[in-house]
Amino acid sequence: MTQYAALIYTADTDPSEETGTLYDEFGNNNGASLRGGAGLHPTSTATTVRVQGGRGGDVVTTDGPFAEAREVLAGFYLIEAADLDEAVKIAAQIPGAWEGGVELRPTLDM
Amino acid sequence: MTEASSALAEIVRGEGRRVLATLIRTTGSVTLAEDAVQEAAIEALKHWTAEGLPDNPRAWLTTVARRKAVDMIRRDANRTDKEVEAMDLTGPAPDLPESVVRDDLLRLVFTCCHPSLSHASQTTLSLNTLCGLSIADCARLMLTTETAMARRLGRVKQKIAVAGIPYRIPSDAELPERLDAVASTAYLMFTAGIAGETVRPELCDEAIRLARLLGELMPDESSLQGLLALMLLTDARRMTRIDAAGDLVLLADQDRSQWDRAKIADGLELVERALKRSRHRAGRFELQAAIAAVHASATSSDDTDWADIVELYDALLLVEPTDVVRLNRGVALGERDGPAAGLAALDELEGLDRFHLWHACRAELLVRIGRTGEAAAAFDAALSCDPPAADRRHLERRIAASR
Repeated sequence: MTQYAALIYTADTDPSEETGTLYDEFGNNNGASLRGGAGLHPTSTATTVRVQGGRGGDVVTTDGPFAEAREVLAGFYLIEAADLDEAVKIAAQIPGAWEGGVELRPTLDM
Repeated sequence: MTEASSALAEIVRGEGRRVLATLIRTTGSVTLAEDAVQEAAIEALKHWTAEGLPDNPRAWLTTVARRKAVDMIRRDANRTDKEVEAMDLTGPAPDLPESVVRDDLLRLVFTCCHPSLSHASQTTLSLNTLCGLSIADCARLMLTTETAMARRLGRVKQKIAVAGIPYRIPSDAELPERLDAVASTAYLMFTAGIAGETVRPELCDEAIRLARLLGELMPDESSLQGLLALMLLTDARRMTRIDAAGDLVLLADQDRSQWDRAKIADGLELVERALKRSRHRAGRFELQAAIAAVHASATSSDDTDWADIVELYDALLLVEPTDVVRLNRGVALGERDGPAAGLAALDELEGLDRFHLWHACRAELLVRIGRTGEAAAAFDAALSCDPPAADRRHLERRIAASR
């Protein structure tokens, strides 16, 4: 089994109550494959951290997300699936995939 | 190389590609499988030259390649013996019936054409893994540098392994969306075999075999019947495309008595069935096959039904509106309505400036009209596009003849 981070990119707003219900439904239907995840507050609350000059260098923080875009990282799940096709099937059920997009990235073993 | 050892090398190459498909399934890694098969091939050449061909070369190669793969995995400190066992690589030598091999090959085609890979990645991977073309060959075909090609291939193979792209024939519901990429891959393989620097019959045969397998997998798909028909009708003329000196022979000058009648008969029957089924929404393969069918049925170049061919190109332009199709249509128009009409159609095209065949076709039409000065300039322009060697020699002969 491979673990995938399903990064949800949608419009930059707090989720509505209706959206919340849809995510609950997704969670209930796919509980067996979900290893974790969270929704995120809008990018107005984001701080981007960079360490200049590499490890131990100066910490520079900027207000806002990593890149300005119409769709932003709004949350993520950690999905466990046999292969990419299965992960795609699950990701396609995430409400964010219907209005924005979900980026699937295999996770590194740590 | 002696004749015997080059025959051995041929067997190793042919079987090696099939063994590769199996090894990719069992190891889950294109790179690892390629390295293992490569090492097994080297060993095969050494042993078979000394001791003769084994009873079952494929089983021999598979066994050795599996052992090599296990060695490589064990050498990789991050892996455990458990993983080796999980990959089903140890254990007795596999008895590989033809059905397993063809399934593995189909799996590999569908893996190369997975929708999560870009079109360029699909093509590159297919050419390299399925067709066995070298990185240098691929780079030349895709108009890029060898370094860039090597990097692209590395990235694709890594994505397959790390992202967990499965090695399997997709379920029926998923087949249609993957069909186009898969059919294109098979056709690309065929094209690489017949229109490369040298004709490589083993690639043509393999592509035809793949097209047959795909047709069996999806018997209701008229585009696949069209694809197979197109390959058979083109392949039937394979032996007459190049003369004894390795020079290009144009369709009009080919010895039609040497065309493979059995393949043509098969192809014609398939085209008819495919067109009946697709009716007014025939795709590019059915239409190209239909064009090839008109050529194959003509008893001579003069006897060719050019009006029919022009109409088929008109239909093809609706589904594949590319400049190359327009170029071919222009040539057919020149045959139907005379060289001036053909030239006018070719002159309307823009963007084919760097394509030697556009210049060459213009040159031929100019010769026929008697505008020799302009023809000579067009021939020169064709040569300056750096055409493949056989085309270059053909152009040089035409220039000498038209002076």
